[in-house]
Amino acid sequence: MNASLMSLEISVLGLGLVLMLADLFMAADRRKFLAYAAIAALGGLLLASFSGFGSCSLTGTAFHGMFVEDALAVFFKRFFILAAILVLFLAAEFSDRLSAGIGEYYSLTVFALAGMLFAASANNFTMLFVAIELITITFYVLTSFQRNRLASLEAGVKYLILGALSSAFLVFGIALIWGTTGKLNFTELAAVAAQHADQKIFLLGVLLVLVGLGFKIAAFPFQIWAPDVYQGAPTPTTAFLAVGSKAAGFVLLLRVLFVALPTVAAQWVTLLIIISAITILYGNLCAIPQRNLKRLLGYSSIAHAGYLLLGVAALAGGAHTSTAGGAAILYYLAGYLFTVLAAFAVITLVVRDGDSEDVSVLAGLNQRSPLLAATMTIAMASLAGLPPLAGFFGKFLLLKSVIELGPGNPGYYCLAFTALAGVVISLYYYFGVIRAIYFSREAADLSPIEISGSAKFCLWICLAGIFWLGIFPNTVLNLATDAAKVLGG
Amino acid sequence: MSILTYISGWPLLAALLLVFVPANYRVIIRFVALAATFISMVLAVDMFCHFQTGVTGFQFEQQIPWVDSLGISYHVGVDGLNVGLILMGAIVGFAAACCSWEIQKREKEFYILLLIMTGGILGAFASLDMFFFYFLHELALVPTFIMIGVWGRGERKNYATYQITIYLSIGALLALIGLIALYVQLGAHTFDLPALTKFVQDPKNALTLKAQNFIFPLLLFGFGILVSLWPFHSWAPLGYGSAPTPTAMLHAGVLKKFGLYGLIRIALPLLPQAAQGWVQVIAWLAIGNIVYVGFVAMRQRNLNLLIGNSSVAHMGIIFLGIASLSLIGITGAVFIMIAHGFLAALTFGLSGYIYNKAGTLEMGELGGLCRKLPFIGTALLMAAMAGCGLPGFANFVGEATVFFGAWSQPALRVVTVLAVWGALVIGGVYMTRAIRTTLHGPLPARWNELRDATFWRRVPFVLLLASLFIFGCFPKLLTDKIQHDVKPLITLAAPARAGLMPVAFNSPPAHSN
Repeated sequence: MNASLMSLEISVLGLGLVLMLADLFMAADRRKFLAYAAIAALGGLLLASFSGFGSCSLTGTAFHGMFVEDALAVFFKRFFILAAILVLFLAAEFSDRLSAGIGEYYSLTVFALAGMLFAASANNFTMLFVAIELITITFYVLTSFQRNRLASLEAGVKYLILGALSSAFLVFGIALIWGTTGKLNFTELAAVAAQHADQKIFLLGVLLVLVGLGFKIAAFPFQIWAPDVYQGAPTPTTAFLAVGSKAAGFVLLLRVLFVALPTVAAQWVTLLIIISAITILYGNLCAIPQRNLKRLLGYSSIAHAGYLLLGVAALAGGAHTSTAGGAAILYYLAGYLFTVLAAFAVITLVVRDGDSEDVSVLAGLNQRSPLLAATMTIAMASLAGLPPLAGFFGKFLLLKSVIELGPGNPGYYCLAFTALAGVVISLYYYFGVIRAIYFSREAADLSPIEISGSAKFCLWICLAGIFWLGIFPNTVLNLATDAAKVLGG
Repeated sequence: MSILTYISGWPLLAALLLVFVPANYRVIIRFVALAATFISMVLAVDMFCHFQTGVTGFQFEQQIPWVDSLGISYHVGVDGLNVGLILMGAIVGFAAACCSWEIQKREKEFYILLLIMTGGILGAFASLDMFFFYFLHELALVPTFIMIGVWGRGERKNYATYQITIYLSIGALLALIGLIALYVQLGAHTFDLPALTKFVQDPKNALTLKAQNFIFPLLLFGFGILVSLWPFHSWAPLGYGSAPTPTAMLHAGVLKKFGLYGLIRIALPLLPQAAQGWVQVIAWLAIGNIVYVGFVAMRQRNLNLLIGNSSVAHMGIIFLGIASLSLIGITGAVFIMIAHGFLAALTFGLSGYIYNKAGTLEMGELGGLCRKLPFIGTALLMAAMAGCGLPGFANFVGEATVFFGAWSQPALRVVTVLAVWGALVIGGVYMTRAIRTTLHGPLPARWNELRDATFWRRVPFVLLLASLFIFGCFPKLLTDKIQHDVKPLITLAAPARAGLMPVAFNSPPAHSN
């Protein structure tokens, strides 16, 4: 066993435990500092991952091949740690709205992060299941953390029931795969999958695994939970759900489809194209009438899962020649991280306790706080895919990866046009948010919003990230391209 | 650093600078915007004067790699096709900044958006890389939507905003898909236009007709929607009618030429065979612009809607010039693009002045304005005459050459006859009618208090009129430059029909002679 490969995960788990213990010794009014301590520790780990120290500079497998450390895993681990850092900034701002258990909130966030780190390295169905459960179970608690808010509890229950159902599908699928092939390890499975590719039971198993993962990324037809849970959960949880949990679903989906089962993925190109197209249209069309900001972002996150599936569909059709689709997914996720966290940071700061989360709460925001107004506007513009922001270059890469395969399969052209329709529809509701900020007449409350230094820091990081990925794509694109090479075979 | 980088860079830099200027420093904000566009204009004039006519290849070139793995680089340069457009864009940009005095609320945001628009579109015209070409245009396009939404006028402002946003986004995205398809199907792993143009001249690399026929309509209709090609034009009159004056000037004058420029710069040289097949379609759609929209313009009761429709009609003549695929036809098309840029900016600027003073542009309520507004009235009269194609103005030169070019194509004779009727007769009718009802006749008592433009307010109009005159009287300044670089396009895209020898694909590229 090569435990040094897991030093990052072990440190993060240790951090979670330390936070939990430290909570016992902290005075109630100073617990906010636990979040800053956790941010500092995670920041150190993130720097270490770039410095050549620690497990991110190593490659190899541990636990008899269950755990793999490669470029893809390292890319996602940095991604998850960065997401967790920004989410903890939001959580620190949000902590005065939690009636109890502030320390637990931070440590649960860190535990969810640990689950995501394991997911990034999972190379075995057992590991996959454990990682998913670690993420999902912590999120059940995080979602219903505001015990005195009915909406939060409702969201928790909904997420619990649907999450448990999808876990059941996932386990059943794993069992069927294991029953037919006798393998759980992705690399070993890849060697034998071709022989079983026409076996109905085996394919049913794969399909059920995809159901479980489709639930995590909120792809059609497993997206029902997303709007309700996004709306009800505490805002930092929603942010982490939108970025971390979705990305974890994607890394697992990529590993299962393109490391373990490339032959099956190539067979299911049409299915992936259709799911991607419907997810895009469903998310965008349903977002149009939404008035609740978090619910709107919930639907928008479904649409973005659809855009990301463009890359999956492209990989399924052309993984043997080019992994451009994989690189596009990773790049898009990186842009999505900064953009969505910027939007949720603004919501956290603007919507105070007892306020409604209606879009109208943003009215007059440019007078209350120009920084928040500008951040929200830029986040919406980036989500809509306007240059020179991160979303534009990400969408460009995804479209390019799909159009590349068009001459071989006209379905890809249809998919590209569907994505185009989705982008045009989405302009309507993203501009609706911008309109609410700048052009609403009836702004009831024009009191300036106090923003703490740490929150400002978080906002500036997000803004810098959005512009950096939009204007200087080279660095991250090269990292993403290297990481995606793992998926080509 | 190329001078082109400075031409588009100063407005963008000024936009960035304005972000950090407090909103109540109104004089400074206006000064920064005017200074940046003025410098940009002076540089563009300087660039135009130093442009060497008759030299093959691109001048003032600069190339910086941007994304190596995809073959994207920041590559700017000018040849005869875009040198005039950049000059026109920079002059209109300054004129639009001058006309921004009408903006009274949220000035800081307005000037930031205006500068992004100016810098973005100048960069797009200078760009020789397909990615940046699209990227910078999109950067310039988005502020248009926001400006109409916030500072727009009229009751149908919201509707107009959504209409123009959806229409133009669809157009831009269709063109994007076309450009990406072009990139991946050529397989040259570069977005660089000169490299791609050279690449397709090798018969091994030319796209199959099937692939060309898939990509060409994407570009034609994608760019066509951006240029208000009939029947996708309905966003334009209402959009311009609802836009604040400087936005309408910049969009109708400069941004709208982007789609046409894209067709000439990208679609013709890279998809030559498909272009020949689509000639008839383009020509008949152009008739839709000239005749149908011309009749629509005749029915208008609102001066701005009339000007908007007439500007759509003018696009038809440019499309006809492109469809002719002949040397003088395309030269004329590029010439009108420049002339119409000045003209559209001028007319929208003048009508904006009248709207701001009178509060209405309903022609039934106006009348006799020439007595109260001698300068504005005379300028509007001259603009209308230029719009009808009166000799002496730049538009005449362009329109005449386009009609000669189109007539030289036997297949386009019917279309040409219809177009000449539409452009000269219908155009003449609505323009003179507009002049009569607004500028002449009895002056309603309520307009007795109207004041003519002061000296500084006249600057942009004088500048635009002078440009129209200079290029109308000395068309050689432009035609020599344009013609030299249209020639290689024609040899690629139009074989025997243009009266030229069919070009075997293994012959050396035409601009090497």
